[in-house]
Amino acid sequence: MNNEVINVENLTFEYTDTAVLKNVNFKLYKGDFLGIIGANGAGKSTLIKLILNLLTPDSGKIELFGTDFAKARKKIGYVSQKANSFNSDFPATVKEVVRANLFAEKGLFKPYTKKDDEKVLSALELVGMTQYRNKLIGSLSGGEQQRVFIARALVREPELLLMDEPTVGIDAKSVHDIMEIIKNLNRNGMTIIMTNHDTPTLLEVSNKLLIFCEHGYEEFVTMSDLSLERISDILAGKRLHKHA
Amino acid sequence: MLDIFTYPFMIKAFFVAFMIALCAPCIGLPIVLKRFSAIGDATSHSALGGIAFGLLIGINPIIGAVVFSIVAVLSVERLRKAFGTYHEIATVIVMSAGIGLTAVLSAFIKNGSANISSFMFGSIVAISDFELWLSLILCAVVLVMTFLLYKENFAITFDEEAAALSGIPVRLINFIVMLLTAILVSVASRIVGALMISSLLVIPVANAMLISKSYKQTLTLSIVFSEFITLAGLFVSFYMNLRPGGTIVLMGVVILVITAIIKPKK
Repeated sequence: MNNEVINVENLTFEYTDTAVLKNVNFKLYKGDFLGIIGANGAGKSTLIKLILNLLTPDSGKIELFGTDFAKARKKIGYVSQKANSFNSDFPATVKEVVRANLFAEKGLFKPYTKKDDEKVLSALELVGMTQYRNKLIGSLSGGEQQRVFIARALVREPELLLMDEPTVGIDAKSVHDIMEIIKNLNRNGMTIIMTNHDTPTLLEVSNKLLIFCEHGYEEFVTMSDLSLERISDILAGKRLHKHA
Repeated sequence: MLDIFTYPFMIKAFFVAFMIALCAPCIGLPIVLKRFSAIGDATSHSALGGIAFGLLIGINPIIGAVVFSIVAVLSVERLRKAFGTYHEIATVIVMSAGIGLTAVLSAFIKNGSANISSFMFGSIVAISDFELWLSLILCAVVLVMTFLLYKENFAITFDEEAAALSGIPVRLINFIVMLLTAILVSVASRIVGALMISSLLVIPVANAMLISKSYKQTLTLSIVFSEFITLAGLFVSFYMNLRPGGTIVLMGVVILVITAIIKPKK
């Protein structure tokens, strides 16, 4: 199907004999918002790394836009938990950080152009950070830094945006602002995959869910299939901790 | 005309020193930002081993230094993987091997101590025409590669994972930077001294990091500091009859301390 963004079939991955993901299956289409919920260590981030080709599956396949990661690279954006682990003394401006992600479009040895700078400004505008473009990245707050990292992912105008706990360690106001930005991107047709500990927020923004219990992948559901009782179970953590 | 420029060896020294001072921060910046400053020491000690080997078998010592330095950076890369999270051990092992080799080989060289000493601490008068051209060509290679890989180096030093995801051949570029480090250290060993060059890789960058407000500015200021301390160091060493390498490094440290004291708030 033309609108198919990602197709995961029978995906299995294990770390030294411990199966983290077993037979994961799901498909997403243009404009879907997939929330991945689950306990720590259940495999949420592992799945993101498999999609990004940072890990190799033991079996199964992942198709992105009908092809593999290397060919689909330009259509994929990624936001990690960088605001927490970021080296605040690195001498780089917001503009330099965002521009660094244009490599896939430029290729080796080609310098940046004015057009690239325009793309950077457009991406910063989407996250409301244009006025900070010449500030040192380390001088910003955690929430502002994470907005910059979202802009870095957006500068390539991706069709699929993967976000691994993008709001960890950020104040409530910034979390709200970032979620508004993400919702807006999704409303404009961007497909989003997001892991988050904040289950109520994910239930609010997602139209599809991947649920991991503490022992690994459990099920893939669309929100319309979820009964109120099951939503209440998930919110209570019962779907995340099988033996609770 | 200043009398310093009436000596042909000083003109050669200024040419080579100018090029080295231009190259050192270009290589030093990615190394420092990756918290890998010790690679300069490991490479320079291995370069000394190559110099001793070159003097022993009768080839140009700088060529020996280039070969040994390249072997050193490749060994560091390999050993870093073997030691995992304790990867800093790799630089110490390679550095120890280099200095051990130098000590053993220098015993077999005619006037070994004097010869090796001039490469350890630098010597202006010793630059031959061949070394002048070799240095200028190798420095030009370092500069061109640094310019071409500017955006790749930034992306890798800032966030290696994101750089790999965007398609940058991270391992290849890290390898090229290591190779350029080896070349620069070898070239600089003649004039600045093998034991001093790692300081030239790090001190101007450290100085610039104290006051700069962007990556580009850090690189630019690093080059300015590097050129200033190197050329001023040469002048001072000439007129005060001091060793050039040591004078250059001490001048860098003094300026670093002054910058740290009076630096404006970023």
